[in-house]
Amino acid sequence: MIPYLIALRAIVTREAYRFVGQRSRFIAALVRPLLWLVVFAAGFRAALGLSITPPYQTYTTYEVYIVPGLCGMVLLFNGMQSSLSLVYDREMGSMRLLLTSPLPRWWLLFCRLLASTAISILQVYTFLGITAIYGIRFAPLGYVTILPALVIAGLMLGALGLALSSLIKQLENFAGVMNFVIFPMFFLSTALYPLWKMAESSEILHDICAANPFTHAVELIRFALYVQFNGPALIWTVLATAVLLALALWGYDPARGMVRRKA
Amino acid sequence: MKQLLLIPALLLAAPLQAAEIWVTNEKDDTISVIDIDSLEVIRTIETGERPRGITFSRDYSRVYICASDSDTVQVMDPETGQILHDLPSGEDPEQFVLHPNDRHLYIANEDDAVTTVVDTETRKVIAQINVGIEPEGMAVSPDGSIVITTSETTNMAHWIDTETRTIVANTLVDSRPRHAEFAAQASELWVSSEIGGTLTVFDVATQAEKAKIEFAVKGVHPDRVQPVGFEFTEDEETVFVALGPSNHVAVVNARTFEVEDYILVGRRVWHMAFSPDKSLLFTTNGVSGDVTVIDVARREAIKSIKVGRFPWGAALRP
Repeated sequence: MIPYLIALRAIVTREAYRFVGQRSRFIAALVRPLLWLVVFAAGFRAALGLSITPPYQTYTTYEVYIVPGLCGMVLLFNGMQSSLSLVYDREMGSMRLLLTSPLPRWWLLFCRLLASTAISILQVYTFLGITAIYGIRFAPLGYVTILPALVIAGLMLGALGLALSSLIKQLENFAGVMNFVIFPMFFLSTALYPLWKMAESSEILHDICAANPFTHAVELIRFALYVQFNGPALIWTVLATAVLLALALWGYDPARGMVRRKA
Repeated sequence: MKQLLLIPALLLAAPLQAAEIWVTNEKDDTISVIDIDSLEVIRTIETGERPRGITFSRDYSRVYICASDSDTVQVMDPETGQILHDLPSGEDPEQFVLHPNDRHLYIANEDDAVTTVVDTETRKVIAQINVGIEPEGMAVSPDGSIVITTSETTNMAHWIDTETRTIVANTLVDSRPRHAEFAAQASELWVSSEIGGTLTVFDVATQAEKAKIEFAVKGVHPDRVQPVGFEFTEDEETVFVALGPSNHVAVVNARTFEVEDYILVGRRVWHMAFSPDKSLLFTTNGVSGDVTVIDVARREAIKSIKVGRFPWGAALRP
């Protein structure tokens, strides 16, 4: 068991060092959702309130509605960022060194996933802290109940990043990931608009949003922030995590996956 | 430690208020009864056409309802929901106020430009006082000596002496006055002006204007900020003001006359009623057809409850 823990500690410590070392990355990760909150949400402020959909009990302003979606955005971008750094690590060789360890590869990748999720969650809490200062506050218990939801959603988006990183051969391809994964995932979800609003414009759009795992991650976070439980969202998110993780393990399997082909 | 353990026990043992909020639904010709503990509609009662103003007798054994399109004030037994009898009210009664003597009902007849005084015991009209055009807001001073009628088109508050039943003073307010209330401790009269978008405060003794309160809801066009109903907290330190189609309730400091907060509620909020301990406030949102519950201490909307179509008036039944 001990070698497993040593690997876990080493990987988490390395990620933590990287995180501390890249303060600009931390600030950038916060500026993005804050810009959305302060600029975008202000324009769409909907001062007259959004219709009531669970978990909301009464009318909400757009600024309040968008916060769980922006928490999801932090997790999504961080998951992608971590996959970007994996591609970088692979190019620089440190990843290859890690993967030659006698420990099973799934454990090494899982450690890596845990480390990036922990950092994502730290960023989400910092973001929630700033929104509280900005004037958008939630019930104190909500800040506790949101934690398990953030862990599950963070693991799912981290697994997505891992799966993608196994597919990306070069660092330059990352722009493609931005265009074809991050943006569609974010915009075609309930992060910005509730599902009924999507249904108003197009049924197809609504169906895509309803199937998007990111929607379920955001809804899981949204309900948890209001100290409520959303079973279907949890099942969807866990299922998506399992599938993406399996895909990532397959991708990193030297016998079959993309790593072998590159090597 | 023992004390800590006692806290949940005390919370569980806290007496339930078991009170109700009665809401008139203008379009449905019904009353929705909301249970204060569960915050759910527990009863729906049929009324006459277009129920608007609603008030209980002092002992809560009867409820008076302005059935505007039936041109009558209905008297209902709140236990059974049966209409006991109608009161002659003059045409199109919209709002009314029960005199502290628990007997005389002062009714604003919107279409007739009169205030009708009805004796609820003999069920007879005992006086009709000519007032301005489209009377609506009604208030009675705590000692019962003065009744106020506000007329929406004349833009005046008419001060009626309840002894002589004549107008003793008229004071101008901003456009379309909808509601009036007396502040007992400060000896003030407050009047809301829907189109003017203001609240005017008068000194009762001199009938002089003391202050005028204006509202500005962030992100809402000023035309949509239309104050209608308002209520004082127990200590009369704070006033909650319904701002109509701005979908907000303003929180006003009654000492400094400053607006301290705006609370988002449902669409086109008009009237409101407090829970018995005044910890919760229930606002009627006409267009969205619901009642928003506000936590008074935290100044936060906590829930919106679906009622009938176009909820209008609200009254507490402890």
